[in-house]
Amino acid sequence: MEYAILRVIWWVLVGVLLIGLMIMDGHDMGVGTLSPFVGKTDSERRAAINSVAPHWDGNQVWFITAGGAVFAAWPLVYAASFSMLYIAILAVLWTLFLRAPAFDYRSKIANPTWRSTWDWVLFVGSAVPPLLFGVAFGNVLLGIPFHYDDNMRLVSDASNPIMGFLALLSPFAILCGLVAFSMTAAHGGVYLTLRTEGAMQARARKAATLFSLIAIVCFAVGGFWVGHINGYVASNLSPIAQSDPLAKSVQIVQGAWLNNYHEYVWFAVAPILGFAGLILSIVFNTRGKSGVAFIFSGAGMAGIILTAGMSMFPFVLPSSTDPRSSLTAWDATSSEHTLLLMLVAAIIFTPIVLTYTSWVYKIMRGKLTTARIEENSNSMY
Amino acid sequence: METLVDLSRLQFAITAMYHFIFVPLTLGMTWILVIMETIYVITGKPIYKDMTKFWGKLFGINFAIGVTTGLTMEFQFGTNWAYYSHYVGDIFGVPLAIEGLMAFFLESTFIGMFFFAWDRVSKKQHLLFTVLVAIGSNLSALWILVANGWMQDPVGTVFNPITMRMELSSFFAVLFSPVAQAKFFHTTCAGYVTASVFVLGISSFYLLRKQDLPFARRSFKVSALFGLFSSIAVIIMGDQSGLYVYHAQPSKLVAIEGIWNTEQAPVSWSVLAWPDREKHENLFDIRVPYVGSLILNHNFTDPVKGANEIIAENKDKIVKGQQVLLQLEQFRKNPQDTSLVAEIQANSEYLGYGLLLKKYTEDVANATPQMIDQAAEDTVPNSWPLYYSFRLMAALGASFFILFGFASWYSFGARDAYERKTWLLKWALWWMPTPWIACWAGWFVAEYGRQPWTIFGILPTYLSTSTLSSGELIFSLTGFTLIYTLLLIVELWLMFKYARLGPSSLGTGKYQFETRGK
Repeated sequence: MEYAILRVIWWVLVGVLLIGLMIMDGHDMGVGTLSPFVGKTDSERRAAINSVAPHWDGNQVWFITAGGAVFAAWPLVYAASFSMLYIAILAVLWTLFLRAPAFDYRSKIANPTWRSTWDWVLFVGSAVPPLLFGVAFGNVLLGIPFHYDDNMRLVSDASNPIMGFLALLSPFAILCGLVAFSMTAAHGGVYLTLRTEGAMQARARKAATLFSLIAIVCFAVGGFWVGHINGYVASNLSPIAQSDPLAKSVQIVQGAWLNNYHEYVWFAVAPILGFAGLILSIVFNTRGKSGVAFIFSGAGMAGIILTAGMSMFPFVLPSSTDPRSSLTAWDATSSEHTLLLMLVAAIIFTPIVLTYTSWVYKIMRGKLTTARIEENSNSMY
Repeated sequence: METLVDLSRLQFAITAMYHFIFVPLTLGMTWILVIMETIYVITGKPIYKDMTKFWGKLFGINFAIGVTTGLTMEFQFGTNWAYYSHYVGDIFGVPLAIEGLMAFFLESTFIGMFFFAWDRVSKKQHLLFTVLVAIGSNLSALWILVANGWMQDPVGTVFNPITMRMELSSFFAVLFSPVAQAKFFHTTCAGYVTASVFVLGISSFYLLRKQDLPFARRSFKVSALFGLFSSIAVIIMGDQSGLYVYHAQPSKLVAIEGIWNTEQAPVSWSVLAWPDREKHENLFDIRVPYVGSLILNHNFTDPVKGANEIIAENKDKIVKGQQVLLQLEQFRKNPQDTSLVAEIQANSEYLGYGLLLKKYTEDVANATPQMIDQAAEDTVPNSWPLYYSFRLMAALGASFFILFGFASWYSFGARDAYERKTWLLKWALWWMPTPWIACWAGWFVAEYGRQPWTIFGILPTYLSTSTLSSGELIFSLTGFTLIYTLLLIVELWLMFKYARLGPSSLGTGKYQFETRGK
């Protein structure tokens, strides 16, 4: 297979992993975020938590696998994004740490203080990571200050680490963070509507509608804003050359992130899918069809992630201080041999993973009532 | 720069060691749960279901923090070892990605079924879930040890001067590397021993307190027998791993054994010594004849190379590497001229040795003879920490074999005599922390013994880090240590609480603390 085709496939596959991450890990993060608000009693909160209890750990593997796949397919991106956004990545990891013990330890002791503490720990561990993912994406759109030296060592051009971290929290990046946060909260809300009953279900439905609306508004504002921030345009970039980011030249042009939509009009399906998915999700959820609504909120998230990726294509990690050092889908990949090998692995294992994941969801389907929680108090979260 | 390297190493060591508190228990507990549940499915006796559920509960408390600390391991290569990731990601990323796809998904998806699907599927189906969790967790160990095995013995790879990195040439060489395979079996078996000591120790606690005897007896026997087989396997596979160290990493072997000058066969073995790094000699040394040949290289004809000879050989390699590095610099300045590429690749086995000079000077062309001597001296790691941690690991390994030998003999051979052997029960109880010490000592030997390399003979540790400030490292190191310690305290507190409660924590109404009041 040709190197260029493999590289496009891997751009798509990384996108698929990120979308999978947001749909799967996203809904249990949404549940963790909403649980203290839609659950008014301990049993109600337990119903929310137990709706994802058997699945959150498997869902988190999307995050780990996305990391591993980026390492294998885009080692330069793996090295640059995680080391150049050091403090931000630590914040993501440290908050994610809180989820496993919060899920597993909360129900182990009946003390109300113990339980409400873990509720808020779970909230932080579920709400902060998507917010930071969005902020990180926003910063990637803006460009990260780094360059390569003669030995291909990455060097940060941020003035100092603390200022560097604070600089990440620009208004545009925070807007992107809000998009990611509100779409996962909405997605979790739809999922809770599907899995609960009564007053709690009504609260979850309301939350889903509210956060979907916020996501739609923020996404629309972001779309206009992108026309006014700096985009990047590459020349001299070969899709088949060996991966050497310094071989190309790059110009910074305001609004260039919208160029792709002029060149390939069909790229507009991504933002359309983003808006349509979220709107239809609200429509179906308010009419009591939360299963269909869940599919649409997932589609909406896919559209939003694709919009970010397709606006930048072929860029993956632009450098704001040394644009030539920017990483793209053409010059930051593994060797042809490794990309092919990893493609074979993905073709074999992804269908297997999807099959058994749907199987376990099917086994655990059904409403989680507070009565069921109280009957099985010792074996449930 | 050196502070940054030291802090990055310290952070990796701390986060990896914390992670490896939880991993070995997971690796072994899953199989112990499989054994217990299989007996339940075959015999239909509810006590075996309770055993599966109770030990599963303790397993779950451990697993939560294992998942948490595992997150760091997946991302730390990128955050803190960016140049490493750039330089070898083409190979090293592959096992990590496949680990996620093939193993983590399996383990993590079905662990939820293990805990929550008891009432939703048939007995046999539930057993299948438990088996899948065990297979998943053990497969993840396979892939991570393939990755680590490759760091120890980097096979199936070529240097590419255009991309400035190592690239994969043979996946099968990496996967079926004998070093990686021996490591995998040695490490997983060590996990089985750890879990067996865990179950044996807590069961002994119940037997000593006369609490839930039928439950404790059965748990004791399962772990005794599983532990016996595992402790034999861990010793055999440890011996195999040692043999590969002799072939692939002579510098690690001489440091472990305190061998300074080449020893002719038959080689003796040092039992107690104090290796002195500065003087290249052992201050005192008690040796047993012939044993060295027996355990180090498994034959009585070949010599074992000493540190002095290895350092002299490496000095030659460094000088050759210096030349390769100069050619590479020339090529980087004028990448259109590809005439040098073939020559660089032909001599790329020396490139890593040339890179060792970068610790002492950026201008490798003008490295002084002292710098070259110093870099050559660096190629053998400091001996005494390795000498003692290796012996600690080996002695504990032997102690597990003896412990499980007695436990199996008294519980299966001499019927039920073990309940009255309080010395045995107390030994099992107090021995509970030792498998972790053995695991840590083993990893220390593997990783510290590979110094000064991250990828043996290819990439020096000194060059592998990210370009971060010491301040960032101090911040992250403090954060990781605080959060991990806090989580560990909560974990241990719950673990002790539930271990003391015993099977009554299941709320079936059948066990001690539940029946006493009635």
